[in-house]
Amino acid sequence: MANLIRRATRLPLPGKIGLALVLFWIVIAVIGPWIAPYPPGSFVNEEVFAGSSRAYWLGSDFLGRDVLSRLVSGARFTVGLSAIAVTIAASIGTGLALTAAVGPRWLDELLSRAMDTLISIPSKIFALVLVAAFGSSMALLTLIIAITYIPGNFRIARSLAVGLAKLDYVEVARARGEGRLHLAVVEILPNILKPLFADIGLRFVFIVLLLSGLSFLGLGLQPPDADLGSLVRENTSGLAEGALAIIAPAAAIASLTVGVNLLIDAATQGKAE
Amino acid sequence: MSGAPSVSAWRGPIRLVGKRIGLALITLLLVSAVVFTISGLLPGDAAQEVLGQGATPEQVAALRHEMGLDRPAAVRYFEWLAAIAAGDPGNSIVANKPVADIISERLPNTLTLAGLTTVFAVPFAFLVGIWSAVTRGRATDRSLNIMTLAMVALPEFLVATIAVMVFSVKLLWLPSITIVPQDPTLGEFLRAYALPVMVLGVGVIAQLSRMIRAAIIAELDRPYVEMARLKGVSQARLIVRHVLPNAVGPIANAMALSLSYLFGGAIIVETIFSYPGLASLMVNAVTSRDMPLLQACAMIFCAAYLLLVLIADTVAILANPRLRQG
Repeated sequence: MANLIRRATRLPLPGKIGLALVLFWIVIAVIGPWIAPYPPGSFVNEEVFAGSSRAYWLGSDFLGRDVLSRLVSGARFTVGLSAIAVTIAASIGTGLALTAAVGPRWLDELLSRAMDTLISIPSKIFALVLVAAFGSSMALLTLIIAITYIPGNFRIARSLAVGLAKLDYVEVARARGEGRLHLAVVEILPNILKPLFADIGLRFVFIVLLLSGLSFLGLGLQPPDADLGSLVRENTSGLAEGALAIIAPAAAIASLTVGVNLLIDAATQGKAE
Repeated sequence: MSGAPSVSAWRGPIRLVGKRIGLALITLLLVSAVVFTISGLLPGDAAQEVLGQGATPEQVAALRHEMGLDRPAAVRYFEWLAAIAAGDPGNSIVANKPVADIISERLPNTLTLAGLTTVFAVPFAFLVGIWSAVTRGRATDRSLNIMTLAMVALPEFLVATIAVMVFSVKLLWLPSITIVPQDPTLGEFLRAYALPVMVLGVGVIAQLSRMIRAAIIAELDRPYVEMARLKGVSQARLIVRHVLPNAVGPIANAMALSLSYLFGGAIIVETIFSYPGLASLMVNAVTSRDMPLLQACAMIFCAAYLLLVLIADTVAILANPRLRQG
């Protein structure tokens, strides 16, 4: 813990800003519903698309609901579902990659071929096909987004793991008679975790953008649940008047994704030097 | 060291390119199997869905037979594949028109948008990437890095919203939806496309310039650059005559990757600007669960992606003189 804090204070300024943004959104995702000044679904303002005021910091939306309340309540879907999706994607992707690295050659060939095929389907197109086939209930949506990003994670994790599997210390463990599970989990996995975290961070950014994009298209989270992308969609009619109700949730997504990107960039650069 | 390489010197690269073409075709075939399995086989019984819960088993069976759903999956796949390959993927369920007609109406629009964005974004990306690389580690490079890093992570709809607010609402310069005019003058044409191209361009410029920077920096660290510098070659000449030709391979790959981003970006951008392109057509197909239309759109996007990668590979192979030795 002390070590982590020391590393955080050593980050360059953009990295610190990124870290602050990421922490901010994690906190909002956890406590959002409790700090919302109004119930997110109730009509509190006579005026629609009102601007910022003391009672309504981020104005009102297309039905006169409080934008700030809807935003802090929607953040948990964007952050939470994306975090779950990236965890699923990374677990399956890395799990398969380890299997490929320590398993028999034909299995590696088979998995790599299959993933190469999936990776040649652009991710948004793949997600659209999956949504069309299976619909988008919250659980399915999370799973669909996770599946979309398994091949990318597999490719990175496999190249890291295969590189390690050839090293002497793994050969020694193999000669010692350790099983494949031991090789994968005890010998290889701990040593690929660090570079993997950078990849997982980037993939989290893609996932937030994909989830928000799907919701923006009306194919993501379905009402009454609303993530940040749904909030942008609801309020598109306010675009012509420059309503805060459409800018605020879009800017919120950007601050999260840009924050993660800044943090990863700063953290990985520190290591390279 | 004779001048032009002889014909036999190209045999190696040409064989390599042939291999890549074969590999791309196999991948496309596998991709088509994935797309068909997900959209055609897994979602359950289309006949049941058409008739609803109240239908008798006999009615369902009759419709299944009529729709050809009672035949083996493999047969249906190959029929579908043959139809797509022949350019006739059947009828759209919702529009009740041939899918080929709908797509041939929309495809030119998407290609125009993609083409214009490429023409606008690629030179820009080269400028930013090269500038960043030659000022490596200095303030210019660091601020460009932060800017492109942030731009990569921006959702398209934020960029689009801000652009519409600035250029359409405040300044009243540009239209907020993209209507393709009939027989436009050049001015009308550019005005209509300015906003969507700008929004799509942001993502492409950010991604591509970062990859170009990386490719050039990798070259700048090689000994021949040091040699050229010692000979007194100017910075501009060094980049244009020495570094860029050597970085063609990685740059071609970077271009394929960031241009393929156009397809994903187009899905959002076409929807925001109500632009009648292929990507917004595909979104409609998802909403209305129009599977024949959806499958055709998906295959076009996948084929376009594979084609981009293939072109990049080919350029990289042909540009590598080490592969050119009979």
